[in-house]
Amino acid sequence: MSRALSALLVRDLKLAYRRRGEVLTPAMFFILVTILFPLGLSPQPELLRSIAPGVLWTAALLAGLIGQESLLKGDFEDGSLEQLALAPLPLELTALARVATHWLTTGLPLVILAPLLGLMLDYPVQAMGTLVLSLLLGTSILSLLGAVGAALTVGLRQSGMLLPILVLPLAVPVLIFGAQAAAQAAHGEDPAGALYLLAALLALGLTLIPFAIAAAVRVSLES
Amino acid sequence: MSSFNEFLTMGGYAAYVWPAYAIAAVVVLVNLFAPGRRLKRIKDGIRRRKGAA
Amino acid sequence: MAALNNKYGWAWFHRFASPPYLYRVAGLLVPWFAWPAAALIAVGLYGGLWSSPPDYQQGDGFRIIYIHVPSAYLSMMGYAILAVASAVGLVWRMKLAHAVAAAAAPLGASFTFLALVTGALWGKPMWGTFWVWDARLTSELILLFLYFGFIALRRAYEDPRSGDRAAAVLALVGVVNLPIIHYSVVWWNSLHQGATVFVGQGSDIAPGMLWPLLCMIFGFTLLFAACLARSVQAEVLERERGAAWAAEVA
Repeated sequence: MSRALSALLVRDLKLAYRRRGEVLTPAMFFILVTILFPLGLSPQPELLRSIAPGVLWTAALLAGLIGQESLLKGDFEDGSLEQLALAPLPLELTALARVATHWLTTGLPLVILAPLLGLMLDYPVQAMGTLVLSLLLGTSILSLLGAVGAALTVGLRQSGMLLPILVLPLAVPVLIFGAQAAAQAAHGEDPAGALYLLAALLALGLTLIPFAIAAAVRVSLES
Repeated sequence: MSSFNEFLTMGGYAAYVWPAYAIAAVVVLVNLFAPGRRLKRIKDGIRRRKGAA
Repeated sequence: MAALNNKYGWAWFHRFASPPYLYRVAGLLVPWFAWPAAALIAVGLYGGLWSSPPDYQQGDGFRIIYIHVPSAYLSMMGYAILAVASAVGLVWRMKLAHAVAAAAAPLGASFTFLALVTGALWGKPMWGTFWVWDARLTSELILLFLYFGFIALRRAYEDPRSGDRAAAVLALVGVVNLPIIHYSVVWWNSLHQGATVFVGQGSDIAPGMLWPLLCMIFGFTLLFAACLARSVQAEVLERERGAAWAAEVA
C-alpha cells in the first residue's frame, strides 16, 4: 500500500514538474497581491508593519485558491481519477496523497516566499519564524479545504467562479488564527495559543477532510 | 406605550425600528408566498404536459 | 423488511421516503403551522411594540430585538435542518431528504439576511455605526455565505441528483466547521475588543419584555415550519413531475 502511495506521489510530482509554469502562478499571484497593498494604501513603514501579518495571510489565502481549481481537473479529464476511485487503495488515502503533492507544489512556495515579502512590509525579522510556522500549518489546511471544493466542482464548467465561494467561508478560522499568530509574534507577544489552535485544526482536518474529499469525488464521478 | 404618537415615533428610534419591521415583513411575506407560487407553476407545467400528451 | 421496520418502530419514518406521502403530509401540515404562527406573531407584535416598557438604557430602540433574535435563531436552526437532511440523504440515500435540504436553504438564508439587517439597524443607534465587527454579526455574515455556497453549488449541477449530493457534502463540511468559525470569530473579537456588546442582553431581561420575545420566537419557528412544508411540497413535486401521482395532484 505504501509502495502504491509513493508511486502516486512520485507520479504527481513528475507531472507537476512538467508543468512548472503553472505551478509558479500562485507564487506570482502571492507577490503581486502583496505589492498592491503598499501601492493602494501608503508606503509608510509604520502602516505597513501594522498590516503586514494580515496582508501576508490574506494574500497567501487567495494565492492558495488560485491553484486549487487544477487540483483534480487533469485527473478528472483524462479519466485517471475514475481509475483511482476504483483502485483497491482507499480513495481517502489517494486523495490525501494528491493534496500532499498539491501542497508541495503550491503551498510550500508561498511559505518560502513569505519571509521575503515580510521584509518588504517591514515585518520584524525576529518574528519571521512564527510567520513561516503559521503559514506552514495554515496552507496545509487550506490545501485540504481547497481539495473538497475542487472535488465538488471538478465536473462543472464554471468551477473557477464557484470554488472561492465554497472554500473562503470555511477558511475563515485558518485566516484568523494564522494572522493572529503572526501579529502577536510581531508585537513581541507569545503566539503559542494561536499556533496550537492552528495545529489542532490541521490534525482535525487531516482526519476528517479526506473523507469529505473522497465523498465529493464519488459524487463528481457519478454525475 | 401610552399614546399612539409615541408608538409612531418609537421614542426617537422610529428611523431604525420601523425599517427593521418593514424589512422583516417583506422577508416573511416573500417566504410565505414564493413557495406556493412555485408549487403552482410546477403544477401548471405538469398539467400542460398532460394536456399535450 | 417491513416487519423488521415495524418491530423497531421505524415504519413511520420510512413512509416519508414515498414522495406522494411526503407531499400529502407536508400539505396537510401547512395550515397547522401557519395559523398558530400568525396568532403568536400577532400577540408578540402587540406585546413587543405596544405593551412592553421601553428599555431603561436603550429606550424604544431595543424593540428590534423581537425580530432580530428570532431570525438569528432561525438562521442557525435552518442550517441545522439543512445539515441533518443532507446527512440523511447521503448516508441512507434517501432522495427526499435532499428535497428538505433544498427547501431549507433559501429560507435559512433569508432569515440570516434578516438577522444581519436588523442587527445593523439596531447597531446604528446603539453603537453609532451600522456595522461593528461584533462576533455574532460577523459569524452571521459567514453563515450567509455558507448558505450561498450551498445554493450555488446545487444549482451549478445540471443533474439535480448530483447537485443534491454535492451540496449535501458541502453542508456537512460546513456544519462541522460552523462551531469552529464561531469560536474563532469570538476569539478574534476578544483580542480586538473595541465594540461594546449589546447592552441589556441575557438573563436580566424584564419579564414584560420576555413574553413577547418568546411569542415571537415560537411564532417565527412555526412560520418557518409552514414555509418549509410548502417549499418541500414544491421540491418533491418538481422532482417527481413525471410520475403518475404528480399528474393526479396537479
